Amino acid sequence: MSETRSLFSDAQLRRGRARWIYFLVLTLLTLLFAAVFLFPMYWMVIGSLKDPAELARPIPTWIPESFHPEVYVQAWNELNIGRFFLNTAFYAVGAWLMQLVVDVTAAYALSKLRPVLGNVVLGAMLATLLLPTAALLVPAYLTVSDVPLFHVNLLDTPWALWLPSAANAFNIYVLKQFFDQIPDELLDAARMDGAGSLRILVSIVLPLSRPVLAVVSIFAVIAMWKDFLWPLLVLQEPRTQTLSVALSRLSATGRVPLTEVMAGLVIASVPMIAAFLVFQRSILKGLTAGGLKG
Amino acid sequence: MILSFQQVNFVSDPEWVGFANFSAIFHDPLFWTAWWNTVTFTGIALAFGYVVPFFLAVVVNEMRHFKGYFRVAVYLPVMLPPLVVVLLWQYFYDPGNGLFNTVLRGLHLPESQWTQSPRMAMLSLVLVSTWANMGTATIMYLAALQNIPGELYEAAEMEGANVWQRLWHVTIPHMRFILAVLLMLQIVATMQVFIEPFQLTGTTNPDTITVMVLIYRYAFTVNHDFGMAAAMSVLLFLVLGAFSVAYIRLVSREGMRA
Repeated sequence: MSETRSLFSDAQLRRGRARWIYFLVLTLLTLLFAAVFLFPMYWMVIGSLKDPAELARPIPTWIPESFHPEVYVQAWNELNIGRFFLNTAFYAVGAWLMQLVVDVTAAYALSKLRPVLGNVVLGAMLATLLLPTAALLVPAYLTVSDVPLFHVNLLDTPWALWLPSAANAFNIYVLKQFFDQIPDELLDAARMDGAGSLRILVSIVLPLSRPVLAVVSIFAVIAMWKDFLWPLLVLQEPRTQTLSVALSRLSATGRVPLTEVMAGLVIASVPMIAAFLVFQRSILKGLTAGGLKG
Repeated sequence: MILSFQQVNFVSDPEWVGFANFSAIFHDPLFWTAWWNTVTFTGIALAFGYVVPFFLAVVVNEMRHFKGYFRVAVYLPVMLPPLVVVLLWQYFYDPGNGLFNTVLRGLHLPESQWTQSPRMAMLSLVLVSTWANMGTATIMYLAALQNIPGELYEAAEMEGANVWQRLWHVTIPHMRFILAVLLMLQIVATMQVFIEPFQLTGTTNPDTITVMVLIYRYAFTVNHDFGMAAAMSVLLFLVLGAFSVAYIRLVSREGMRA
């Protein structure tokens, strides 16, 4: 391994005493990370698999003595975790599609079609990034419960989640920056061949933008899956709730077996962990390269 | 904004009440408690969630093995839905047979009430939130560390700089931008803390009530007073807006240079 050096050079770390210190620190750090970051997740998984009596024991067992995978079936059916899981997935996919359609067309319009006052619109959008989500909570809730002009109540419907998330100023900004780099000559050539604006978007701009679209998509789905406060406010009808909101409600009743709640926690985490392991590269890169994201 | 000057509930039409909402929240004893708790939370959260990841990143960056493992491990908690994190820690904190007290008992150390003790409650909340979020800061620091040209360290060493001098004179100056950005982001994020106090200690506990919890309480539980909640939001916005402006200016200035 020879790459750019940091505080210490490779050679320094290979010499005599330094070598031992290096391996000592490496071991300690590996164990520390395992204990601090991985162990709680291990605990959650084995906690869900234990017998309720074993879980409640004053001296916990580090390796479960009993093994009850059927608790997942119980949680899925009896606690309706299945329904909440599908709700959450439905909301996440819907929000993702809406965001893509709205943000891509907006960014494309601002970047390539250059409407009058485009810069004003962009500036106004960036200004909304200044508003902490907290400050918008009450006005947004009132808007959703009685949409201006239409006077419909969107509470307890998917639209309450989809509409506020659709126009995401940050995503539009990121997409616009990317579209700006696509040479205009390419689009002009297509236009000569008789392609309309929409056609150019679909057959030229989008295929070129795959990496940035992937990052935007992943972050859109993750954000929707992790959100808690907004769904808590707008999904009061238990049938419509997301996993997080439902688990919060179920755990507060205190009548649900702990192992089933634990199973619910695992079910809520699995898609996120899986997504991370699959898209690790894009996620970590999106976090640092394009995204000083708020 | 307009809302904060009106009396809004679902019974009657909104009515203009001027600054009455503001004076109402100023007279609520919980108002100052909530602000004090929020500032305390932010202060402790910065100490743990801003400083610790920096040193973590510096040490991980020196490691020649398992770099991928460190990155994945530290970021995994960020992927968990916050509610999962909070519920999981709720079981750890359980004063009876929670994992933490079991371990303390095993080590013959005094047990703690964790979230239920006035002294420990805030710290307990910070620990949960830091555990869940420190991955982001660590990864950003790591990326910034990797962008520091190695020749600089070599040059510093030639001139006889020891490790601490190299850290102080080479590493930190090069991280200035990311350090500033993360400071703004973390202040804005931690001041909006909601789920930890909401789930772990409830909306009524004066030890841990925060501004966001109080907004929620005004609007959706006891008072059903959207005007008061909006007034509170406006105050929070005024405080956070300043940090957001600083953040956006910082990022766009740097963006133009790049």
